[in-house]
Formats: sequence, structure tokens, C-alpha cells
Amino acid sequence: MSFLDISHLEKSFGTVRVVKDFNLSVEKGEFISLLGPSGCGKTTVLRMVAGFEQPSSGAITIGGANMVGKRPNQRNIGMVFQAYALFPNLTVAENVGFGLKIKGTPRAQIKTRVDEMLSLIGLPDLGARYPFQLSGGQQQRVALARALAPKPQVLLLDEPLSALDAKVRVSLRNEIRAIQRELGITTIFVTHDQEEALSISDRIVVMTGGIADQVGTPFEIYNRPSSRFVANFVGQLNIFAADAEGRIGGVALGQGEYAARPEVVYLGRKPGADIVLPAVIREVHFLGSVIRLTTEADGARVALDTFNRPDTPPPEIGETVELSLSSGDLIRLGA
Amino acid sequence: MSLWTRLTGWIVLIFGLTYFALPLIGLTEFSLKARRGVYSLDAYTKIIGDAEFQATFSYSIVMALVTIAFGILLVVPTAYWVRLKMPWARPYVEFITLLPLVIPAIVVVFGYIRLYNTSSWLPMTGSIMGTNLLLAFGYTTLALPYMYRAVDTGMRTIDIATLTEAAQSLGAGWSIILTRVILPNVVPAVLSGAFLTFAIVIGEFTLAALLNRPAFGPYLARIGANKPYEPFALSVIAFGITWVCMGLIQLANRFSRHTKAAQ
Repeated sequence: MSFLDISHLEKSFGTVRVVKDFNLSVEKGEFISLLGPSGCGKTTVLRMVAGFEQPSSGAITIGGANMVGKRPNQRNIGMVFQAYALFPNLTVAENVGFGLKIKGTPRAQIKTRVDEMLSLIGLPDLGARYPFQLSGGQQQRVALARALAPKPQVLLLDEPLSALDAKVRVSLRNEIRAIQRELGITTIFVTHDQEEALSISDRIVVMTGGIADQVGTPFEIYNRPSSRFVANFVGQLNIFAADAEGRIGGVALGQGEYAARPEVVYLGRKPGADIVLPAVIREVHFLGSVIRLTTEADGARVALDTFNRPDTPPPEIGETVELSLSSGDLIRLGA
Repeated sequence: MSLWTRLTGWIVLIFGLTYFALPLIGLTEFSLKARRGVYSLDAYTKIIGDAEFQATFSYSIVMALVTIAFGILLVVPTAYWVRLKMPWARPYVEFITLLPLVIPAIVVVFGYIRLYNTSSWLPMTGSIMGTNLLLAFGYTTLALPYMYRAVDTGMRTIDIATLTEAAQSLGAGWSIILTRVILPNVVPAVLSGAFLTFAIVIGEFTLAALLNRPAFGPYLARIGANKPYEPFALSVIAFGITWVCMGLIQLANRFSRHTKAAQ
């Protein structure tokens, strides 16, 4: 049995089934991301684990103990919210020590733990400040420290980076992952940002329409998507339809649709590539180290990335080029 | 801005100030004329030295504090729960809290007397403590529109749901959430409601007179019928109390330590 087990979880609001037969097993110390578009049910699953929503049916166990029916304050679960949710009337130190105070921890121990947590999040000198005196990134760090201070058995992160600007988001997600590794705490992270999920998770659960469409490591999710939805939702995708004989670029693959990531499509002929397609450059986006090209090949739009080289200017729009790729890099799309 | 627009603005302002200030200036001036030919504080001295003034004023202050306590106990959890769990009930609760504005106090007090008289199943008017309690309930009802609106507006400025969930995830139960998380964050709003309640209770006449309690309102009316200068001094004092309350509301809002709610 895993540390956190969710089995056959269902949730309906009125006649709308928001979560349908959701199953997930999480090992102790694992970092799991629930990834999916808005309305896919990922936050509802998280809220059921936290106890803010009661499942319509199914079971949630943590460390072998059944959580269904338990109130949120009886579950020993730490949670970080998108909106920070720091108590405005308390200082940073009081916020971090709140959970310990509720537990009746002696004052000296609270102080030690608060200092330890503030050092962990890199804000050791801001204990006396109020939340409104902090930046968004600092507030979210404090929220993380507050959630971790009472030593919860599971940490839940509900889109904690969504309200932050891009630069802070990247640095904070790395910090969250480093702290999670250091403490070895079992974590469930909800996000709709695929890059976030891919970069920090041990495993990702891709959700759509209330079900877990695919569960796997970031590598598996990205390179071996099990459904068209996962393939489309995670990363960018070029879709090729085989012709009447089941061929793409003259290579027989069988009837159906195939997908290729932009990074496996090469500009020009790549040694070993068995599929070669004539194409016309339609768009050129210079992104610094990478140049993203959008081409038209055999009636389909094909995106590909090339590295910038100072001695080679990017191709011109309207230029005729050849694209090549290996048939082994193609992903056959299911339903 | 043109000269004409500025001039019109000034004229309107001066007219408004004159309209409101002149009667008050007249009132204050007359209250200082107790001694023939000179301005003096005789009327004030007499009133403040009057044992009945001291007794009724103290009684009303105590009743105001009790009413504020009742109001907070009733309104804060109600407004919190309606916002958190029953948002569909908000229009109904707002309607109910507005009723004291359209139902005259005399109707309320006759209802009380009919329901709680000495021959009823709950004879609250049969004892002083019972009648005092009834009066405090009546005052709470009268102040409900102001108290509820103030608290509800205060709660709108903070993210009640997320703060509640954050506190729950940290192990807090409902009483801790209300007293340590919600209430401290709506203190300026609660104080606004409290000062309005205080101002209403201090001057209230109908409930206190018909329940026959020694409050400041009936005393004010009685003095007004029998004395020449003292009622005007009392009116100035009553205005002063109201203004002090208004000033305290402003102070409560301005000196709130945590000016920003959680976003």
C-alpha cells in the first residue's frame, strides 16, 4: 500500500460529475503534479484530499488511515494557496507559528521552529513584518513556511505560482522543489502550466474531464503520451496524417495520424532520418538561443526549433526548404 | 476649472455649512446664556452635577456596551457564515436586518410587552434584570441595520473563504477561526458598527421610556419639558457624543495596523 492512496474517487456538484473514478497512489516523499486545463477537476481532487470537499464516493487514505469524513483540521495536511492566504493581522513570524500555536506547542519551541522555517525559505530577518509589507514571492514563501511548520504528513500546493511574475515563478518553483527534497515531504502540486509540472515533478497526472488521462514521469508524459489529449496538452505538437497507402514522406507507417515534437524535426537532411518533406517557411520567431520556425509541408503546418548560430542567419519567410525526421520519433495518436 | 464653476462650488459649500452649522451655533450660544448678560457654563455645570443625569447617562453607557456585545455576538458569526456557506441567503438576511428601519420602535416595544409581560410564558418584564435584557435586545434590533452593514462591508474586504481554509489546514476549529482570524481582520468594521450602536443607544427614547428604564433618552425628554437652558446644554453634549463616535470610527479605520487584506 502506498503512503497516499486515492481510489475510485468521485465528486458531483448537483448533476455535474466533476471527478470521475479517479485513482492515484503516491509514495512517501514523492512530488506529484496534477496537470490539466481549467475545469478538469484537479483542484477538486486536491480539495478532497485537504478535506475542504467531501467525495461523493471513493476513498482517500494517508499512511493507512481513512481521511474521508475527517475535518480539514484533523488531517495534518499543509496547504499553500494561489492567493497566499496569509493572515493580514499577524506578522510573518506569527503566521508561520500559527499552526504550532493551535497545537499548543510551547512558546520556546514555536520560536525555534519559526526561525528554522524562515531560514529555510531565505527570509530570516522578516519575521516582524506584516504580509502587506512583502512582495508576492515573499508572501508565497511565508505561506510555504507556514504550511510546513507544523510538520504535516502531506503538502498540498494549489497553483501557488500562478499569481507571480514569470521570473519569480521560475526561481520559486526551484526553491519549492529543493525544500521538498530536503524535507522529504509527500507533495501534490496542482498546476495548469505544463512547463512547471514537467520541471519539478517526480510524476505527473494529466487530467481531463474529471479523469486521470495519464500518470507517468515527465519523460514518459512528454515522449510517450497515451492519448491525443495528453499529446496536445503537454508540449507543442506537429500532426501528420498518413496518406491512403499509410505513408508519410514516402515511408510506410500504417493508416492514422502521427505526431512529432518540434525538436525532432530538422531543417535540411539529417543523417539517418528516413522521412524527408519539402516545405515552405511561413513564420520565423527569433527567441534568442532558439529560432522557432513554422513551415507548411504537404498542406500541414509544421513547427520546428533550430539553435541560433551567430554565423548563420535564420531562413527567410517564403523560402523553400527540406525537413527531415526519423519515423521512430513519431508518436502514433490514439483516440 | 472656470471661475464660475469654482464660485458655484464655494457658494454651495458655504450654503451647506450655514444650513447645518447655524442651528448648532444658535443652540450652543443659547446654552451658554444661563447667566443673564454673560456667557457661562452654568447650564452644563448644573446638568453634569445633576445626580439623575449621572445615573441615566451611566445606565445608557452600560446598556450601549451590552448592546454592542450582543450585536457583535449576533452579527459577526451570522455575516461570516452567510458569506462563507450560504451566499444565496444574503439578500434575505439583508432584508431582515433592514426591517428595523421601517418598523417603528414603538411597534417593537409593544410587541415585546405583549410577548414578555408578567402573565406570559416568559415574563421578562417582571424583573429589572429581565427588562434590562429586553431593552438591550431591542437596542440590538434597532442597531442591526448599521452593525450588519458595517461588518458585512468589512468582510467583503478580506478573502473569508481562503483565510478560513488556510486556518483549517493549520488545525484551527471554528471558534479559533472566528476569534483569531476573522474578527481581528474586521476590527475597524466592527468598531464602526459599535460606535454607531453607541450613538443610537445613548439618545434612544421610545424603548427605554415604554419599558420604564432610567435611560438618558427619557431624561433628555423630561428635562426638555421642564428647564429653559439645560436641555440645550444636553443637546450639545449629545451632539458631542455623536461626533466623538464618528471621529473614533475614522480613527479606527485610519490606524488599523494591517491596512491591506490578503489578496
